[in-house]
Amino acid sequence: MDRKIRVVVAKPGLDGHDRGAKVVARAFRDAGMEVIYTGLRQTPEQIVATAIQEDADAIGISILSGAHEYCFKAIIDLLKEKNASDIIVFGGGVIPETDYPTLLGFGAGAIFGPGTPTTETIAWLEKAVAEKRAKEA
Amino acid sequence: MFDPKQLQDVAEGNKGYEEAVTKALAKNPERKENFTTGGGIPLKRTYTPEDINGVDYAKDLGFPGKYPYTRGVQPTMYRGRFWTMRQYAGFATAEDSNRRYRYLLSQGTTGLSVAFDLPTQIGYDSDDPMAVGECGKVGVAIDSLADAEILFDQIPLDKVSTSMTINAPASVLLSMYIAVAEKQGVPMSALSGTIQNDILKEYIARGTYIFPPKPSMRLITDIFEFCSGNIPKWNTISISGYHIREAGSTAIQEVAFTLADGIAYIEAAIKSGQDPNVFGKRLSFFFNAHNDFLEEVAKFRAARKIWAKIMKERFGVTDKGAQMLRFHTQTAGCTLTAQQAENNIVRVGIQTMAAVCGGTQSLHTNSLDEALALPTDKSVRIALRTQQIVAYESGITNTVDPLAGSYAVEALTKQIEEGAWEYINKIDEMGGMMTAIEKGYPQKHIQDAAYQYQKSIETGDRIIVGVNKFHIDEDMSERKLLKVDASVGVNQIKKLREMKEKRDNVKVKDCLEAIQKGAQGEDNLMPLILDAVRHYATEGEICGVLRGVFGEYKENVVL
Repeated sequence: MDRKIRVVVAKPGLDGHDRGAKVVARAFRDAGMEVIYTGLRQTPEQIVATAIQEDADAIGISILSGAHEYCFKAIIDLLKEKNASDIIVFGGGVIPETDYPTLLGFGAGAIFGPGTPTTETIAWLEKAVAEKRAKEA
Repeated sequence: MFDPKQLQDVAEGNKGYEEAVTKALAKNPERKENFTTGGGIPLKRTYTPEDINGVDYAKDLGFPGKYPYTRGVQPTMYRGRFWTMRQYAGFATAEDSNRRYRYLLSQGTTGLSVAFDLPTQIGYDSDDPMAVGECGKVGVAIDSLADAEILFDQIPLDKVSTSMTINAPASVLLSMYIAVAEKQGVPMSALSGTIQNDILKEYIARGTYIFPPKPSMRLITDIFEFCSGNIPKWNTISISGYHIREAGSTAIQEVAFTLADGIAYIEAAIKSGQDPNVFGKRLSFFFNAHNDFLEEVAKFRAARKIWAKIMKERFGVTDKGAQMLRFHTQTAGCTLTAQQAENNIVRVGIQTMAAVCGGTQSLHTNSLDEALALPTDKSVRIALRTQQIVAYESGITNTVDPLAGSYAVEALTKQIEEGAWEYINKIDEMGGMMTAIEKGYPQKHIQDAAYQYQKSIETGDRIIVGVNKFHIDEDMSERKLLKVDASVGVNQIKKLREMKEKRDNVKVKDCLEAIQKGAQGEDNLMPLILDAVRHYATEGEICGVLRGVFGEYKENVVL
C-alpha cells in the first residue's frame, strides 16, 4: 500500500469515556496509520467536516453513552449529503449486540464490542481500506 | 517492629528457603518470570518480617480511629455498623428513576446515589441542540426543580442520605435538593449526603467539565463555604480517584492524582479565607476497587495514611475529623466483561471484599450486565446481594482491618505510599495540580498505563477469563437488557416547555440577572442559584448565564 491509512478517531456527543478511543488511536498509530483524534464533545457536523478536510479513509466512532443510534445515523447521513460516502464508518464502545444490525443497516462497516483485541480492529480496517482503494483505482 | 534475635532467625531461615526455592525451580519453573500486582508493582515470592521491619506500629499504623488512620477511621468499624450500601442509579425520566430508588430502598440499600444523564451533567436542558440523542441515556434527565420534586417523591430526605454524581453544575443540583427538602418540610440543617463537585478529575479523566479551572474552583469553594454555614452534615465534595483508575491509571497513580487534587482544593479554599479545620471535615473521597485484591486493600490503607499526613503536617490541621480520609468505593467498571457476563458477579465479589478489607465507608457494586447496557432490576439486586453476603456472611466484618500485619499487605501499603509521594512531590514541583493538568501530565501517565494494560491483555501476559482465555461462543441476542427509548427525550422536552409556561418568568429573569451580576463579582453564588432554582429557573438557563460570564473549558488533547 503506497499511501498510509488515514483514520479519524471520533468521540461524538457528550460522552467523556475516552480510554478506549485513545487506546485504539495509539494502536492505529503504532500500526503505521495516520490518526486524527478529535477530542471530546464533537457534533456529527464537526466529525464529518474533520474527516473530509483531513482526506480520511475512515471514521472510527467510540461511544459508551447509549446515544449510538443517533450518532451513527447522523454521521452517515451527513457523509451522504456531502458526497463523501466513500469514507468508511466503524465503531465500538458499550453497544448492545442487538443494536449491531441497526448500525450496520445505516451503513456502518463493523462494530467492535468490549474486549476486542486492537489487532482485530486493525486487520479489519486495513482490509476495508484496501478494498475501498481497489474499487476507486 | 521485631526484635533483632527474631530477625536474625528469619534471615537464617531465609537462606534455607532460598535453597529450597532453587531446587523447586529446577524441577518446576514458575508460571511467569516476573510477578507484579495488577497495577505493576513487582511482587516478591514471599514476604517475611524483614520486609516490614521498618514499619513502626504506633507511627505508621496506629489503632483504628487514631492518627494516621491507616487501620480505619472509626475505632469499631463494621462491628458498629456496616458501610452504607449505596447503588448508583438513574435513567430515563424522574418517574422511572424514582421507581428504581424506591425499589432499591425496599431491598435494603441504605443510601441513594443519583446518576444524571449527560446533558444534566454538562449544564444543558433536554431541549438544547447539544442534548440530542442523550436524554435519559446514562442517567436521569433533570431540567428544573419540577423534575427533582418527582425524583425524590415519597423519599424522606431527613432519613435517607443522597449522593449526587454532579460536578460542573453541582451548585444547581444541590440547590434543587435543598428546595425539594424545603417542600417536604425538611430544613437544610437536617440533610445529609454528598455532591461529587470534583472538577479536576473531570479535566483529567471524566470529561463532564463546563467552565475553565479558575471559575470552577470558585464555584467549588463557594459550595464549601455555604455548606459549612448551612448544611453541616453535607459532604461538599467527593474527591475521586475512581474515574482516574477507570481511565486506565495504576493503583499508585489513582492514590497520587486523587490526593494531589485534594491538595489543590484545600489550597483554593484556604486562599478564599476558609479554615481547613472546618471545611476539611466535610471532604470525602471516592476510590475504585479493582481486581488485584491485596494491592487494593493496601491502596485504601495507604491513601488514608498519606491524607492524614498531608492534613496534619502540610496544612497544620488539628481537628481529627478533618485529618480522616473517609471514602466511597465503586467496584471497577472497566473489569467487567461483555463475554460470559455472569462471571462479573465473581469479580464484583472479590472487589467488594477488597473495599471492605480496606475500610470503605460506603460502596456501590456494579451489576453483571454493565459492559453491555444499563443494568436491569434483577442484575442490580444481585449486585446489592453481593454486598449483603459479604456483610452478613463472610465474617471479614467482625474484626477491624483484618489484613493488618500481613507481611505482604504491609509491604505493599508502604510501597504504594512511597510511589504516591513521588508523584505528589513531582506535581508540587510543577506548581500544583492545575498546572500539571494544563501540561497534560496526569493525562499522559494515565494513557500510557491504559495502553500498557491493553497490550498486556493482547500479548496474553494478563489473562481476562472469558476474553483472552476460556472463551466460548455466546448468543448475545437472547440477553435481556434495559433500553432507554428515544420517546423519553420527546416527553421530557414537552414537560420542560409546559413548566416554562406556568412559572413566573419575570421572577426567573430577575434571578438569572442576579446570578450574572454575582458571577461578575466575588460574592458567594450559592444563595443566588438557590433562589433561582426555587423559582424554577432551569439548569440550562443558570449554566448558560455562567457560561456567558466564565467562558468554557477547552480540552487539552493529549495522545
